Amino acid sequence: MIRHVDPIFEKSVPGRKGYSLPPLDIPEEKIESLLPEKFARKTKAELPEVSEVDVVRHFTRLSQLNFGVDEGLYPLGSCTMKYNPKINEDMARLPGFSQIHPLQNPDTVQGALALMHELSAMLAEITGMSAVTLQPAAGAHGELTGIMIIKAYHESRGDSKRTKMIVPDTAHGTNPASCSVAGYDMVEVKSNSRGNVDIPALKEHLSDEIAGIMLTNPNTLGLFEEDILEMARLVHEAGGLLYYDGANANAILGKARPGDMGFDVIHLNLHKSFSTPHGGGGPGSGPVGVCENLAEFLPVPVIGKKGDRFFFDYDRPKSIGRVRSFYGNFGVLVRAYTYIRTMGPDGLRAVSEGAVLNANYAQTALKKDFALPFDRICKHEFVLSGKKQKAESGVTTLDMAKRLIDYGFHPPTIYFPQIVEEAIMVEPPETESREELDAFIGAMKSVAREARENPEIFKDAPCSTIVSRLDETLAARKPVLRWSPEEE
Amino acid sequence: MAKVQKDLKYTENHEWAKIEGKTMKVGVTDYAQHAMGDIVYVELPDTGADFRAGEDLCVIESVKGANDVYSPLSGKVTEVNSELEDSPELINSDPYGSWIAEMELSDPSEGDKLLDGEAYEKLCEKLEAEEGE
Repeated sequence: MIRHVDPIFEKSVPGRKGYSLPPLDIPEEKIESLLPEKFARKTKAELPEVSEVDVVRHFTRLSQLNFGVDEGLYPLGSCTMKYNPKINEDMARLPGFSQIHPLQNPDTVQGALALMHELSAMLAEITGMSAVTLQPAAGAHGELTGIMIIKAYHESRGDSKRTKMIVPDTAHGTNPASCSVAGYDMVEVKSNSRGNVDIPALKEHLSDEIAGIMLTNPNTLGLFEEDILEMARLVHEAGGLLYYDGANANAILGKARPGDMGFDVIHLNLHKSFSTPHGGGGPGSGPVGVCENLAEFLPVPVIGKKGDRFFFDYDRPKSIGRVRSFYGNFGVLVRAYTYIRTMGPDGLRAVSEGAVLNANYAQTALKKDFALPFDRICKHEFVLSGKKQKAESGVTTLDMAKRLIDYGFHPPTIYFPQIVEEAIMVEPPETESREELDAFIGAMKSVAREARENPEIFKDAPCSTIVSRLDETLAARKPVLRWSPEEE
Repeated sequence: MAKVQKDLKYTENHEWAKIEGKTMKVGVTDYAQHAMGDIVYVELPDTGADFRAGEDLCVIESVKGANDVYSPLSGKVTEVNSELEDSPELINSDPYGSWIAEMELSDPSEGDKLLDGEAYEKLCEKLEAEEGE
């Protein structure tokens, strides 16, 4: 039985408490005598007055309404929602990692520093880069850090004419945003009919005003950029650098390395490819790797090693500076380190093989039911289109995504990438069994059949959830961002 | 079937332009509003800003995503339709009545490069035929 969950403020009963204290046996001080007046609040805090059991039931109930990778397939394209092995959690909770403070004397936390030093080296090896910083807090933060490094490189050479960054039309939305925040103008390059960057179009954009190009490989269509070596040559010849968005690294682990493809700067999402919690369960981590001649620009501190001792190296005059308080999201780093050590090189190769196999299995099974604009062997994800259903019965991709919730699956990414009309972007990670994939494929086929035979049921879908279809338009146009008491 | 207003000029990116001498009003077409879905926010350009033909003029956010609107011709923004700040949905209900910016053109002869109503209608027909495939 699904029950509506009221905000905890509405469960409040005046005077109800979750504690009982003995009578005060010291003189009571007025708040004004303890705090300067400017720090004392003038209005009541009006926190909910509830008992301990009220709090526990409220938040347990909310947690039960959530959906996560521990419950089922979460095929959110370009997000790599893979299962996170529990041994990662055990390791992150070891007291030597969980009970330390970032301002402790480095001599007392050598194990933590060794882990960061080793993790940097492992990520450098996996990606074919020379040096890695673990500071960035997530993917987009890694992008910004990487673009700032590219900027620092051009500026260090007195090359101030480069004001533009090329981004393909299949890029993640964060790429143009990162360019813009770093102070670059974005130039969009179109894809060709095979879903890859169009080389003649790229050539047209190259000039001495181009700082570089941001690429995801495989791209957001799940297709490998086959001309990457040619692209790297062209961009380098024009004096630009290549940035690798690692969102889709799950497709190439142990198989291909961005460094070997000619990329100069990369980021990885540990919360995608390396099985650390993702989404509401974060925080994330977006390490950035660079080639040898960019290492001097990495953020400080870098974990250095002198003899057997690890230390925080701040003595790097060309560094772009600090990008994150302390040393990044350390607990996440422990989880990713554990994942890499438990998988090993063969295990990581098996990850990308499994991810690519799963995606091609699902793509092949579904291409009769949905339009498939780029009908090729894909990598770890693929993009279907709901345009057939929309034209035949008016059922949109959004309707079908909502309906899929009734079948117990998290919907795929929809309406992205924007170059595919009514896009449905599916990423079934390697942690999903054939049985789970078959269940998902069966649900997708059912949804397609319902769109043909029974389109009116989509209007209210999902109907198995605590609330049915939310009015997303109204929520975006007139958002209510916080609860407030009803006016009396 | 997307509506096309015959007396306007168009771009291949689905902007419309109403040109009177050196003045141009810019908006997005019925095809564009339909493709974007419910519009939730219009980030209007700054008055006084200069744009070259084809440059990003403003951004329209819909429930599906953010979409760039490109300036059909080169010129300076003289006025923006501030009504869209509170009522972005006007573009959905009346795309040809909901202009986004008024611009003073630096070179009105550029207008020859735009599509006329008939050519744009053909473009829409072609795109809609492809969608049904």
